[in-house]
Amino acid sequence: MPRGPFKSVETKYMEEREAALTALGRLDRRAFLKVSLATAGVVAAQGIVNPQSFQPIRVASAAEAGKGEPFRIAYISDSHLYDRTINDRFVNSLMRAVDDVNAMSPAPDFVLYGGDLAQLGQARELDLGAQILKNLKVPVRMMVGEHDWYLDMGEKWRDLFGPPTYSFDHKGVHFVVLNSVVEKDFWTARKLTPMQRMKTVAGLDNGMQSSFTVGDEQRAWLKKDLEKLAPTAPLVVFSHSPLYKLYKPWNFWTDDADEVQAILKRFKNVTVIHGHTHQMLTNRIGNIHFHGMLSTAWPWPYAPQGLPELTVQMSRPDPFDPQDGCGDGQITVHPDGLVDKLYNLWNRNPVNVERSYLASKGTRNKPAASTLTRY
Amino acid sequence: MNTRLPFALLAVLAAACGGALSESASSGTPERPTQTSATNPGVVPTSTATSGNPAPPSAPNAPNAEGVDVLLCDGKTKANFATGTPGNQIASALMNEWLRKNPDAHWESNERASHGLQPASDNKELVGKASPGQTYGHISEQDVALWKIETERLALAGSRVFHSADELGSTVAVSCDMCHPHAENTHPETYPKFQAQLGRVVLLRDMINWCMQHPVRAEPLSADDPRMRAMEAYIYAQRRGKTLEYGKH
Repeated sequence: MPRGPFKSVETKYMEEREAALTALGRLDRRAFLKVSLATAGVVAAQGIVNPQSFQPIRVASAAEAGKGEPFRIAYISDSHLYDRTINDRFVNSLMRAVDDVNAMSPAPDFVLYGGDLAQLGQARELDLGAQILKNLKVPVRMMVGEHDWYLDMGEKWRDLFGPPTYSFDHKGVHFVVLNSVVEKDFWTARKLTPMQRMKTVAGLDNGMQSSFTVGDEQRAWLKKDLEKLAPTAPLVVFSHSPLYKLYKPWNFWTDDADEVQAILKRFKNVTVIHGHTHQMLTNRIGNIHFHGMLSTAWPWPYAPQGLPELTVQMSRPDPFDPQDGCGDGQITVHPDGLVDKLYNLWNRNPVNVERSYLASKGTRNKPAASTLTRY
Repeated sequence: MNTRLPFALLAVLAAACGGALSESASSGTPERPTQTSATNPGVVPTSTATSGNPAPPSAPNAPNAEGVDVLLCDGKTKANFATGTPGNQIASALMNEWLRKNPDAHWESNERASHGLQPASDNKELVGKASPGQTYGHISEQDVALWKIETERLALAGSRVFHSADELGSTVAVSCDMCHPHAENTHPETYPKFQAQLGRVVLLRDMINWCMQHPVRAEPLSADDPRMRAMEAYIYAQRRGKTLEYGKH
C-alpha cells in the first residue's frame, strides 16, 4: 500500500527533474562526465529503459574552494501582465514561474524579479503581479522595467515595491539594482496622454521613443555606492536593459552603457543580469559578464545585428507550443562574483551557461547549440 | 470585427480643395481671400452657411453684429470670425479644428515615423528611357513616384494592422509585433512550405491566420480581406532583399 499523498507519474517526473537539475547546476564538466557514466551504469544495472527518468542521478555537492560558499538565487522576469479579465495567458505563465521557484529544493536565497511585471503600467496590472509574487516562499528583489513605468512615471510601482534604485549585500556579494529604462522626454512636445506615452514605450519597435539610459543621477549614485568596495569585491548588477549596446531600434541598448561600464571597470569581476531581451543572451566586455533572462510571456527574436559572439542561441521557439521559448531560471553566485546562469526553458531541456564558459572566453564548457537558429 | 483602415486622406484632400464662407455681415464688397498654402483652404464667399452655391458678391445680406460664420467644405466644421479676419487665419483655424476631430488624418506619416518601413524600389532607372514609337514604357518621374507612394501606403496600412490589437480584432490584447518586432522572424521568403505541425503545405497567409486564431485569439481573415492584403504587403516589404527560398525550414 502506498503511504503519504498520491503522486502522479508527471509529478514524480517533475520532482526528479528538479532534483537532478539542481544538482547538475553545481557540476563542472569533468564531474558531469563521471555522473553521466555512473548514470549509464546504474541504468544498465537496473534494466531501466525509460530515457526520461532522472532517478539515477545523484550528485554530491562539494564545498567551493576559497572563502564563502556559492549560493543560488532564482529569477522571474518580463511577465507583461494584462488584467486577468483581458488576458489570462500571461497571468498563468507568471503563476507557473512562481510554482517553479517554490518547488526548488533547497530553496533559493532570494528571487530577482527582472522588470516588466505589467504590460501597460496600470495599477490593476501591477497589483495583480504583486499579489501573485506574494505566493513566493522566499524574499523577492524587485527591478523595474519600462512597461511598469511610463503610464504614471513609476508612481504605482514605487508605492508597491519602493525605490527602483538600491543596493544590498548578501553572503559577501554586493548587489546593485538599477533603473536602466530612463528615457528623455519625447512626450511633452508631442502632447501625448500618459497612455499614449505608455503605448509608445510598450512597442518594442516603436521609433518615436528615446533610448534607455541609466542617467547622470543614478550613475553618480552608483559611483558613490561602490566607493567603499575593494576591486576584488564580488559585484552583481541587475538592470532591466542590457548594460551594453546591442541593437538600438529595439532598445536592446543602454545609451550611457559606456559610462556605466567605466564605473565598473576597476573591479576584477562584475556580473550584470538583465531582462528586456526575452532570450538566452550572453556577452562579456572585459571584466563584465552579461547574462539575459527569459520572459514568462513571450520570446523575442534575436536582433538582426549585433548579436554577441559568446551568445549561444536558444532554439527557435515553436509557435505551436504556447510557452516555448519562455521560462525562468536560476543563478548560482560564486564567491568570486561570477555566476552560473541556468535558463529553465519551459517545455525544453534547461541550458546552463557556466562561469567557466565566459571566463575562458568561450573556449571551455560551451553550452550545446541548437540546430534551429534564427532565420 | 472592426475594419478601420482609415481613408482620412481623402478628407484631407477634400478639405484642401476649398472652404465655404458665409458672409452674413453687410460690409460692402467682400474681399476675396487668397490661398496661402495647400493646407489653408481657399475661402469662397457664399450666401448661406450650408449651400455650396456661391451667391453674387454684391448680394446684400442681413446685418449680423456677431461677425462671420464660416463653414469648412466637410459641411460640418463651422466657426465664427470677426469681420475682416484675414482668410488664411480663418482657414488655419478651421483646418486645426478639423484635424482635432480627425486625429488619424496623418496616419501614414505617423505610422512611418513610429515603426519605419523598408523602402519600395524607386524604379528611377526607368524614367525617360522609352523606345521610340512605343507608348508602353514611357515612364515619367511622376509615374515612379506614384508607384512607390501607393505601394508603400499598402505596406504602411499593413504595419498599422500588424501593430494594433484592435485592428486585428484580438480578444486578448495581443498584436503581431509583440512577438515579431519590425516583422522579424516572419520569414515570408520561406513559404510555401510543409508546416510540420499542421501536416500540410501552407502559404504565408495561412500562418498569419494561424497566429490570428491562436496567440492573437481573433477571427481568421479571408484571403482578400483588406487587412490580410495589407499585412502580407507589410511582411514582404520588411524582408526586402532576402532571397526567396520556398520550402526552407
